[in-house]
Amino acid sequence: MPETISINTPLTDEILKDLKTGDSVLISGVIYSARDAAHKRLVELISKGEKLPFEIKGQIVYYVGPTPPGPGMIIGSAGPTSGYRMDAYAPILIAEGLKGMIGKGMRNQKVKEAIKRHRAVYFAATGGAGALISKTIKKTEIVAYEDLGTEAIRRMHVKDFPTIVVNDIYGNDLYLQGKRRYRKTG
Amino acid sequence: MGVREIAAEEITSTIRRLCIEANTILGDEVVEALKKGLEQEESKTGKDIFRQLLDNAKIAKQEGIPLCQDTGMVVVFIEMGQDIHIVHGGLNQSINEGVRQGYRDGYLRASSLDPLVRKNFGDNTPAIIHVEIVPGDKLKLTVVPKGFGGENMSRVVLLTPASGMEGIKEFVLQTVEKAGANPCPPVIVGVGIGGTLEKAAFIAKKSLLRPIGQRHPDHQIAILEQELLDKINRLGIGPQGLGGNVTALDVHIETYPTHIAGLPIVVNLQCNCHRHKEAVL
Repeated sequence: MPETISINTPLTDEILKDLKTGDSVLISGVIYSARDAAHKRLVELISKGEKLPFEIKGQIVYYVGPTPPGPGMIIGSAGPTSGYRMDAYAPILIAEGLKGMIGKGMRNQKVKEAIKRHRAVYFAATGGAGALISKTIKKTEIVAYEDLGTEAIRRMHVKDFPTIVVNDIYGNDLYLQGKRRYRKTG
Repeated sequence: MGVREIAAEEITSTIRRLCIEANTILGDEVVEALKKGLEQEESKTGKDIFRQLLDNAKIAKQEGIPLCQDTGMVVVFIEMGQDIHIVHGGLNQSINEGVRQGYRDGYLRASSLDPLVRKNFGDNTPAIIHVEIVPGDKLKLTVVPKGFGGENMSRVVLLTPASGMEGIKEFVLQTVEKAGANPCPPVIVGVGIGGTLEKAAFIAKKSLLRPIGQRHPDHQIAILEQELLDKINRLGIGPQGLGGNVTALDVHIETYPTHIAGLPIVVNLQCNCHRHKEAVL
């Protein structure tokens, strides 16, 4: 049965072995925002053998491009963007030690294989709940690529950030399993 | 009948306001549809997602935080009475100025950029502006901040007439199936059938403006809408694609006469965060 689990980052093998497809997971600690343009730059750095702007081992990357914070706010609306656009880059980051990704939508076979081989997890956050999710982000600072604006890499300190495990270390995929379970057609 | 003058600044200030309101206040019809979805959904995870979306709408409204971080590309539908004369500025110019001000003052995300160079313009202009000239002296402005989760999963096909009704149904179902979780289900499915390539796309998008749950006045089209809605909700995709029986909140179909040789179809998917606000000047 799916469970509700609270975890703290960074992700260790000990934490990852208990996260199973369908579990609700409340994440606390540090996560890093990065989407299309930042991924392109990170992978370029890796291909040139250069150092990444943050230590990626054991970390979670959140696919998000937030709205600007209003007066007195920490961050604006901050829900997930689609993961498939990062499929070209994700296996390279996973091979570097990335252990978690938060986004929405199905990943391709190469990403799923990398997740299983290197023991990582893909979490879904709720697309369309950016205001709600923003309340779980307690502090942010830009780590790199400020010129990218909303696409800059931000270190985010989160408390009980709500997610659901889609792809676990055991090779399961909630997008496939969930659909199969509720399908009433051929 | 005389000509009525409308000042460009009035259009600008109205568009500014509509951009901010559309992005922070979810319409009552959408909130009601989400509540109904919560009741109908069988999956526990799916129910949790409906609750999150309803909470999200409350927080966004109370605190003025955008409902979604993808505050969209701004689509503006204009129905312009033929007896109107816009003074002190151009129509497109005044609309884009309203978008610029709304996105700046509302702390909304600027997403528009050059498609090849891909450098962000920083002010979310230009808007996509559709003008229809209608009888009368009123100006109706409808602002739709269109997120690209749904837009990217939309599809066009130019079917042969032989494909007929079955071809239409198959294409709509395939589009929703292939889209899976990406357009942020529960979605609203806008379908344009007929016309030319761009006409089909236009009526598909415009169909999204019809209130959720309102069937097309043409009986045959209304039946097709209901049939497709039922079939989509049997696909099992569910809220956020995580499995469930509420994949779509509604299906809206619009048609237009087409050519003896053609059957253009466009499916425009709209995310659960179905934002649109209108004003009549």
